[in-house]
Amino acid sequence: MGGPHSHFLYLDRGSWLHRARAERKLLGLLAFVLVVVATPGAWWPAFCGYAVLLVALAASARLGVRHLAPRMLVETPFAVFAILVPFVAPGPRMEILGVAVSRPGLADAAELLVTATLGVLAGLVLGSTTTPAQMLTGLERLRLPATLLMILSLMLRYLEVVASDLARMRVGLAARGFDGSSPRHWPVIARSTGALFIRSYERGERVHLAMLSRGYEPGARGERGR
Amino acid sequence: MTEQRGAHPQPAVDVRGVAHVYPDGHEALRSVDLRIERGERVALLGPNGAGKTTLVLHLNGILEPTLGSVTVTGLPVAKASLAEVRRRVGIVFQDPDDQLFMPTVEADVAFGPRNAGLRGAELDDRVAWALEQVGMAQVADRPPHHLSFGQRRRVAVATVLAMRPDVLVLDEPSSNLDPRSRRELAELLEDLHARLGLTLVMVTHDLPYALRLCPRAVVLSAGRAVVDAPTREILADAALMERHRLELPEGFDPSLLADGTA
Repeated sequence: MGGPHSHFLYLDRGSWLHRARAERKLLGLLAFVLVVVATPGAWWPAFCGYAVLLVALAASARLGVRHLAPRMLVETPFAVFAILVPFVAPGPRMEILGVAVSRPGLADAAELLVTATLGVLAGLVLGSTTTPAQMLTGLERLRLPATLLMILSLMLRYLEVVASDLARMRVGLAARGFDGSSPRHWPVIARSTGALFIRSYERGERVHLAMLSRGYEPGARGERGR
Repeated sequence: MTEQRGAHPQPAVDVRGVAHVYPDGHEALRSVDLRIERGERVALLGPNGAGKTTLVLHLNGILEPTLGSVTVTGLPVAKASLAEVRRRVGIVFQDPDDQLFMPTVEADVAFGPRNAGLRGAELDDRVAWALEQVGMAQVADRPPHHLSFGQRRRVAVATVLAMRPDVLVLDEPSSNLDPRSRRELAELLEDLHARLGLTLVMVTHDLPYALRLCPRAVVLSAGRAVVDAPTREILADAALMERHRLELPEGFDPSLLADGTA
């Protein structure tokens, strides 16, 4: 319990970008992504410019390649899809290394890959310079409805609690010789998922009691803290 | 005690003839009378399923009695008075992970006072004050899951103190604590009682802990308050303890209870 002070994404480097207000960073990210998506695929210099801008931001926030690169893997499913496109898309064919691929498909794939990479990198820069709590504050300043904020902040808080519940269940299963790789054991996984759901539901009820006990009135305004 | 009664004619908690039947027909409380004066420290003892938690949830109006009434420092617990009742009676639940639901300690401690309408500098002062009372000011901006269990329990106490309660109710305060955190929490509770004049009500299975903190104890059994006596007398009465499934930890010498300084 009470493990090390660690974040999955956030990296405390104390740069100007870390200190910038979260709502500005959120709006900046939104604007950046919209511009990237709206840029026609053929405007290569523009994409190069976006990439340079992001790299400069990451560098000035003192985020290293070793922090960002492994986390870029989240993009993998999109990348796989993008790589498939040239093979399955219709249109005139061209040969690359002896394999026939669709020329418009290739262009689409490249555009998809580039926009996705830019978007993921921008998201990582935001996530690495802003703690989840700061993001909530930013969203609050952006006037997100209080109830939505409450849901987001509870999700944030209990993600870790449920994850550690899950970890304890897995240790419990492993301690009794459970091996998840065999299909014979899959029903056990289904049952323990169910148990985890029930546990989380019961915790939800207890949290609700604790909230009521401290004067929470559902639907009241401004119920979130800073 | 008579002195205090003179100064505050109303008791901190006055439970009269409370019965509670859950929707599934389970009779958790059959008829409980319990009067706790201001500034008293009372332990609620009894086996699992005796109705201790059900009784506690009546003290701040989370549960409504099927029969009977609850009055808190002179204010009857009713729909219209719920907000004020919940301010006056602070409950510290057993699992701090249920109580600390906000992303940071500071936001969590602010939750109660914010619901009570505090804002701005007044809210900040209240949060700082509450964290200071439990010695946790240095963790204000940390997320609760980065704290040790003992720290989380202290912060849970702060979240309730921030409401400036008259009555502090603790559900199993010593559970899951290592011996040192357990002792430190006891010292904190004694300190809070002495400095803030809080009334303490404590549900516990930890009898030495009850003895240390509460001069008076009430034993609940099958939904009734069956014994109400000085904690030391209860713990020294082997037959009574046996009857209500109460047990001292192994190695705890009940003869220590004989003199006045256990």
